[in-house]
Amino acid sequence: MAEDHKDNGEDGIVLTDEQRRRRRARSIAIGLALGALVVLFYVVTIVKLGPGVLRRPL
Amino acid sequence: MSLLSQGADLAAPSRAQRSRAEPSVASVGDYIALLKPRVMSLVVFTALVGIAVSPGHLHPVLGFASLLCIAIGAGASGALNMWYDADIDAVMSRTRTRPIPAGRVTREEAFAFGITLSVGSVVVLSLVANLLAAGLLAFTIFFYVVIYSMWLKRSTPQNIVIGGAAGAFPPMIGWAVTTGSVSIESIVLFLIIFFWTPPHFWALALIKSDEYARAGVPMLPVVAGRAETRRQILVYSILLAPLGVAPWLMGFAGLTYGIAAAAAGIVFLALALRLYRAGDDAPRAGKAAKLLFGYSLLYLFALFAVLLIENRVFALIGADA
Repeated sequence: MAEDHKDNGEDGIVLTDEQRRRRRARSIAIGLALGALVVLFYVVTIVKLGPGVLRRPL
Repeated sequence: MSLLSQGADLAAPSRAQRSRAEPSVASVGDYIALLKPRVMSLVVFTALVGIAVSPGHLHPVLGFASLLCIAIGAGASGALNMWYDADIDAVMSRTRTRPIPAGRVTREEAFAFGITLSVGSVVVLSLVANLLAAGLLAFTIFFYVVIYSMWLKRSTPQNIVIGGAAGAFPPMIGWAVTTGSVSIESIVLFLIIFFWTPPHFWALALIKSDEYARAGVPMLPVVAGRAETRRQILVYSILLAPLGVAPWLMGFAGLTYGIAAAAAGIVFLALALRLYRAGDDAPRAGKAAKLLFGYSLLYLFALFAVLLIENRVFALIGADA
């Protein structure tokens, strides 16, 4: 598992295909979670403040 | 030595298997497993019932967002529990395949994940609902991680009795989300889960007592013996059965709930009595403990489900509960 990656000197650690695939899956999950939070915060803001949020004094 | 440094010094297998500098092999599923999804589902459900039975109106979006915060907060405390208890998890068959003892997630990663989600869930809940609900969620996380995991679990056979409070808070948090207060009704819901926890966990501890002993966890069967555990399970069941009916007696649940809770409580008592009478007959006692453990899950789910159905579904169709 962890020992499967290759350390080829100056180029640093080269990920195995499996490690690369898992990192990509984690990145996608983080992206989706952040996107969902943006939508959630937007909707909660509108529900809590109502349309008046657009008519506040600047 | 502080509790924190003591925990950090415990040799978790993951550290030996994978240093921090090595690439992570964790899958998305491993991070979901850190949140203890099954525990989380019970937390969400009881919090939902707390919201549903409380007086007042809550916008569905705010209700959903609050439940999400409570779920994430519960999951965060699960991740922090796994961070601290990695050494115990590694020697128990039930937990040795968890992400940290299996070497797929490091303790540092689990700690960072848990702390981030803890802070995030509490802050967002304070903005979505109110400060009281957020404060209760923060206290629940603190209670589960520091009071239960770091202190009680390794030091007293009363660990799950006192620590059970952490699992009992969600309906109270749900109630606070809607009302901004804590009332006697929400305290009763808290007490039902609080008194349900010892017979539930001790039934499991009876089945897994050898593993707890090997892990050095002073569960009641390990410290006081099986007979004393069976006696205490019965005592707590005697306290739980009438407490389960209390929402009806106090008027915030209807007759349907009252009958269901009474019937379910009698079965609970009967199973606890059967376990008590099993004595030292190991196969019979083991079977009775397994049955009680399984039934206890059904009992709590059924009580809160009937409360939810009665409050929401019956109200919608205008039926008299």
